Amino acid sequence: MRGGGLRAYAVLYLVFLYAPILLLPIFAFNAGTIIAFPLKGFTTDWFVQMWGNAALRKALANSLIIAFSSAVLATCLGIFAARASTRFSFAGKGAALGLIMLPLVMPEIIVSMSLLVVLLAIGVKLSVFTVILGHTLICMPYAVAIMTTAFSSLDKSLEEAAQDLGETKLSAFRLVILPLVMPGIISAMLMCFTVSLDEFIIAFFLAGNEPTLPTYIFSQLRFPKSIPVIMALGTILVLASIVLLGIAEYFRRRGVARTGAKDTGGFL
Amino acid sequence: MAVANGKEAAQGLRIVAPPLVYAVLMLGVPLLTILAYSFFKDGYLTVVREFTLENYRAVWADPIFRTIMIRSLSVAAMVTLATVLLAFPVAYFLSFVVPPDRKALWIFLITIPFWTSYLIRVFLWKVILGFNGVINSGLKSLGVIDQPLSFLLYNTGSIVMTLAHAYAPFAILPIYVALEKIDRSLLEAGRDLGESRAMTFWRVTLPLAMPGVLAAVLIVFIPVIGDYVTPALIGGGKIPMVANMIQSQMLDQDNRPLGSALAVTAMLIVAVLAALFLALNRRFLRVRQ
Amino acid sequence: MTPPAANPDGRKPMIECRQVQKYYGDYHALRGIDLTIREGEFFSLLGPSGCGKTTLLRTIAGFEEIGSGVVLIDGRDMRDVPANARPTNMVFQSYAIFPHLTVAQNVGFGLRRDPRSAVEKARAVDEALEMVGLKGFGRRAAHALSGGQRQRVALARALILKPKVLLLDEPLSALDRKMREQMQVELIKLQRQVGITFVLVTHDQEEALVMSDRIAVMFEGEIAQLDGPEALYARPASRRVADFIGVMNFLPARILGETDRGVTVDAPGFGVVEVPMRNVSRANPGDAGPTVGFRPEAVTLTPVAGRGPERAVDRVSGGVIDEVVYYGDMTYYDVRMDGSARYDGIARPVRVSMRNLFGREVPDVGTRTRVVWSPGSLVLFR
Repeated sequence: MRGGGLRAYAVLYLVFLYAPILLLPIFAFNAGTIIAFPLKGFTTDWFVQMWGNAALRKALANSLIIAFSSAVLATCLGIFAARASTRFSFAGKGAALGLIMLPLVMPEIIVSMSLLVVLLAIGVKLSVFTVILGHTLICMPYAVAIMTTAFSSLDKSLEEAAQDLGETKLSAFRLVILPLVMPGIISAMLMCFTVSLDEFIIAFFLAGNEPTLPTYIFSQLRFPKSIPVIMALGTILVLASIVLLGIAEYFRRRGVARTGAKDTGGFL
Repeated sequence: MAVANGKEAAQGLRIVAPPLVYAVLMLGVPLLTILAYSFFKDGYLTVVREFTLENYRAVWADPIFRTIMIRSLSVAAMVTLATVLLAFPVAYFLSFVVPPDRKALWIFLITIPFWTSYLIRVFLWKVILGFNGVINSGLKSLGVIDQPLSFLLYNTGSIVMTLAHAYAPFAILPIYVALEKIDRSLLEAGRDLGESRAMTFWRVTLPLAMPGVLAAVLIVFIPVIGDYVTPALIGGGKIPMVANMIQSQMLDQDNRPLGSALAVTAMLIVAVLAALFLALNRRFLRVRQ
Repeated sequence: MTPPAANPDGRKPMIECRQVQKYYGDYHALRGIDLTIREGEFFSLLGPSGCGKTTLLRTIAGFEEIGSGVVLIDGRDMRDVPANARPTNMVFQSYAIFPHLTVAQNVGFGLRRDPRSAVEKARAVDEALEMVGLKGFGRRAAHALSGGQRQRVALARALILKPKVLLLDEPLSALDRKMREQMQVELIKLQRQVGITFVLVTHDQEEALVMSDRIAVMFEGEIAQLDGPEALYARPASRRVADFIGVMNFLPARILGETDRGVTVDAPGFGVVEVPMRNVSRANPGDAGPTVGFRPEAVTLTPVAGRGPERAVDRVSGGVIDEVVYYGDMTYYDVRMDGSARYDGIARPVRVSMRNLFGREVPDVGTRTRVVWSPGSLVLFR
C-alpha cells in the first residue's frame, strides 16, 4: 500500500485528536470521585446526579433556547448574504461580505467585549436575549459559508427556466431554488446550533446571571467534587455533537447529490 | 455578463442589507465604540468623553502589558508552528493517499473533535496533565514514577500543547484544500523532467501548497492570540495572555478606556504582523492555478 | 448588410428588433440590431463567442433588459414584459433540468397555472414526452438522465406550453459529435412538425447551415450578414463572414474594369477573369485591397495528361501540389498555382478539396496538376 508511513502518522494524529475525548466516557462511568487511574469500578451515578441537577437543567434549557434562536436567525441572515454573494454583483460587495464573515477570524474576546461595552452603554439588560444577539453574529459566517456552497452549486439557468415557464421571480425561488438549497439550510442550522451550544466566551460575558451549559461547566470546574458529573455531561454533549454533525453532513451530501455536482467533501 | 447593470446592483444591495446591517450593528458599531473609548478618559465607574492619548501611553509604558503581549505572541507562534508542522503530513496524506470516495469520511473524522465542547476539551488536558491527572496517576500505578511530575501543568508548554490540539483542524483544512487544487500532472511533469520524488515535492508541491500553508498560519495564529479559556484553565490563571488582561481591565478593574486601548493595541499588533507575514510571503500568493 | 426581404412568402413577422442597443457598463454588447424573424421560420444567430448572439436571444426571452430600441413579438412591444409573461420558451445551454423533480414534473412545470384538470395535464405531458421520443420516461429522476435525454426533456418542457417562439441557446454544444448530428436532424423534423418559430443561437457554422432557413451572422454586437444558408456560403458579404463560415482561399487581385455583368480582375494564378456581379461584395472593411476568394471545393484538380474541362465555362490553370492532407472521404491539397507569386513574389498555396473516389489515385506531393475552375465560383471583395 502506498503511503504506509503517512497512513501510520495520520492514524497516530487521529489518536492524538481523540485521546482527550476518549477519556470522557471512561471517567463518566468510573466510580471514583477523583479523575485518576486506577479506575475504581463502574457506575451510572454521575448520569443520575446530572439528571437531578436543577441548575444544570436550567442551563440546558437556556442553551437550547439560545442555540435554536441563533441557528434560525443566523441561517436566515446567511441565506440573504449567500444569495447576494452568489447571484449579484454590486459596488462594495467584497467589503460587505468581509464584514459579515469577520467574526470567523475575530478573537471572540474582542467581539464579546466590544458588544458588552455597547450593550452596557445603552443600558440593555444582559440576558439570554443578549447572548442570542452575540451568537447570531458569530454563527452567521458559518451559515453564509454553507449557504454560499449550496447556492453556487446551482445552475443560474434553473431559476431562469422557471421564470421562462411562467413563474414570477418569487415563485421561481420558492418552487426551484428553495427545495434545491433545503439540505444546505438544514445543514447550516445544525452547524450554527452546534457552534452556539458550545460557545463559551460570549455566553460568559453577555448572559448576565443566566447560565448556559458551557458557563455552567466552567463554574463547576473549580469544584473537584462536580468533575465526574461534568464528565458525564461532556460525554452526552460529545455524542450530541457527533449526531448533529452526522445529520448535517448527511444533508450536505444529499444536497450535493441532488444538484448532481461532484462531492468535494467536508465542512468549511 | 461581467458588469452588472444598475437595477441588478440595487437588488443585490437590498438582499445583502439584512445581514450587513446586523453585522454593522453588532460588530462594526461595537468595534468603533472600542476605538472611541480608547481615546477617552476613565472616570470612576464612568467614561469621560474627553480626548486623550493617555491610555495608549499607559499601555506602551506598562511592563506587564509588554510581558503579556510577548508571551501571547510567542505562545501563538509556537502553537502555530506546532499545528502547521503536525498538520501538513496529514493534509498531504488526505489529498494524495486517501482514495477520493474516502476523503469525506477522513475529513469528517478530523473535524469532529473540533465541534465538541471547546471548554471540555481544554479541561480534559488539565485532567490529563494535572498533578493527580491521567499521566501522573497512570505512570504512578504502573510504578514508573513515585512522585507526580509537577512540570506538566500550569506552564507555557502545557498551554501550547492544549492549543495545538484545539486548533489542529484549522491547520489541516486550508492546506488540504491547497493540495487538492494542485494539478496532478504537474507532479508527473516534475518527475518526468528528472526530479526525484523528494525534489519534486520541494520544487513543485510545496510552493503550490504555500497559499494553504499561509492561510493555515493566519487562521491558527490570530484566534490563538485572543484565546481566553486555555490560560484561565490550563495556566491556572497564573500565566495570563492578552485576552485575560483585556477582560480584567474591562470588567474587574472597570477601566474601559484602558481595556479598549489594550484591545485596539493588540489588534493593531496582530494586524501589522499578519500584513508583514503576507508581504514577506507574497511571492507564494501570486501562484495562479 | 443584405436587407431582409420584408415578406417574400407572405408569412407575418414574429419577432421584430428595431435598433436594439445594449450596454454592460462601457461594453457595447448590441450595436443597433435590426432584424425580422418570420412566423414558422427556423432562424439562427451565428457568431463567435462574445459577438452578442446570446445577449440578443436573452433580450428576446426577457432575461436581459432591452437597453434602447424596440423588440416586438407577434406585434406586441416587449418592453416591461417580464420573461414569465412572454410568449417565448427557451431551451438552455445547460438544459436547466430541475434536478429535484421527475421527468414528468419537469415537463409539466409550466402547466401549474393551467386551468385544465390534472388528468388532462398528465395526458399533455405524455404527449410531449412522446413527441421527443421519451415515451414512458415520465417517472424517472431527472438527474439520472443522459445528455441527449436531458435535451429532449428541455424541448418537451418548452414545447408543451405551445409558445409562439422557441429559443434555443447553444442546445447541442454539450453533446458529443454523433449525438449532435442526430439531434440536428431531429430538431429540424420537430420544427416542421410543430410549426413554431425556432430561434437558435450557435457558434457552430455547420450546425447553422444544416438547420436554418435563414442565418444572421453576428460580429461585435452587429449583424454582418443575414441570408439563407446557400447564399451565405456561396456569396459571403465580407471576408470576415467568408472566413467564419467554412474555409475560403483569399488572393490579392487588381481591378481592371467594370460592366453591368461583372467586374474584371487580374488575380495571380487565375489570370484576367470577369467575376459576376452577384459575387461581388463591397463590404470589405479593414482589408488591404481587392481580394478574390474561392471555396476549396469550388475548383477541381485533374491530371495533366487527363481530359480537358467538361463545360464551356470552365477554365484551366496549372499548378504544383505542395501538400496532401488525407481525410478518408476527402483529401485536401495545397496547390501552388502558376504565376501566383506574380504580384509581390509571395507564393501563396491555395487549398483545394476533392472527394476521394474509389479507383482514383491520390496524387503525390510535387505532382504537376491542372486546376479547373469557373468564374462563377470566384467571389470578389473590393
